[in-house]
Amino acid sequence: MGKLKLISDGIIKNNPTFVLVLGMCPTLGTTTSAINGMGMGLATTFVLILSNIVISSVAKIIPDKVRIPSYIVIIASFVTILQLLLQAYLPSLYETLGLFIPLIVVNCIVLGRAEAFANKHSVCDSALDGIGTGLGFTIALTVLGCVRELLGSGSFFGLKLIEGDGMLAFILAPGAFIALAYLMVIFRKVTGKKA
Amino acid sequence: MASKSNFTNMVVVLTSICLVCAAILGFVYSVTAEPIRQAEVAKINNAIASVVPEFNNNPSEEVFEVDGAQVYPAKMDTTVVGYAVKIKTSSFGGPMQMMVGFDNAGNIYNTSVISHADTPGLGAKMTDNNIKLRTELVGINPASVNLSVKKDGGDIDAITAATITSRSFLKGVDLAYQVFLKVQSQN
Repeated sequence: MGKLKLISDGIIKNNPTFVLVLGMCPTLGTTTSAINGMGMGLATTFVLILSNIVISSVAKIIPDKVRIPSYIVIIASFVTILQLLLQAYLPSLYETLGLFIPLIVVNCIVLGRAEAFANKHSVCDSALDGIGTGLGFTIALTVLGCVRELLGSGSFFGLKLIEGDGMLAFILAPGAFIALAYLMVIFRKVTGKKA
Repeated sequence: MASKSNFTNMVVVLTSICLVCAAILGFVYSVTAEPIRQAEVAKINNAIASVVPEFNNNPSEEVFEVDGAQVYPAKMDTTVVGYAVKIKTSSFGGPMQMMVGFDNAGNIYNTSVISHADTPGLGAKMTDNNIKLRTELVGINPASVNLSVKKDGGDIDAITAATITSRSFLKGVDLAYQVFLKVQSQN
């Protein structure tokens, strides 16, 4: 299997947001602006890469029946490390992401990749899969954040483009669903998938 | 693939994973504890500096408490030039913390929102220093105006589509003013 394909698969063929539709809670919750979406995506990528590496390297010694609790402990540890690091060195990002950081633990994407990929493949492949899936998630969240920020507050990455308040609905939850649905349609059209 | 499970290896593996994780977490915690504390202190200090006239003492060291609110005196060479009052109140999305600064005459010098949980793009606009709700308050004496939004018959312009946030914000300012009056009457 080509190494590059592992990365591109995570972005296009198995895009966690647009194709697998996993991890919807942080997707809808944090994408009120492009920078928040990107921050959440990168935070998840960090956890995903490290947990994939560790899980693939210890998968052989973990007895089958306790593999889920073991994976959760490993993932939760990385999330807590990430949370402490953000709190210490990037307090402003930590504040905007807030509650969604601890929720990465229960993000289906992370456990899903551990269970479906990392415990069957080599450390190197798992790391690449983590990068690919993480990037796919980050790109999806950033694009969704851009759309919502542009329509909802008339700005792009915090840069005010249009004066006034924009369409408030797009900042709130209903706008998140609407924007996500349209992006999914566009994504499927472009990649030629049948719904 | 994973090895066959029996009682011993399940206990051993799960216990060792937990032990290793706990050790790593303990280490990261001890490394980040100090920067986290500093980041929090810096945040409070920035908020103080933005809401009171120029000072040269360290208000965080002279903080005292009135009615559950923290009062930070700002001094220029031992003379008090103003007070920053930290208020905890609740807004649309949950608890919020704000800092309100007064000069000696009891006029609002400036306001600052430390933390909040309001909707981004709506209530969260109160963190914007140029929002009318906050610029209107600068320099006025809370006793001379009706500190509520125009919708409620007051004198202050609310943030568009965020009336509840605006109300909580003004309530916080009012609470801070009550604390300030108490501080002044004690001196």
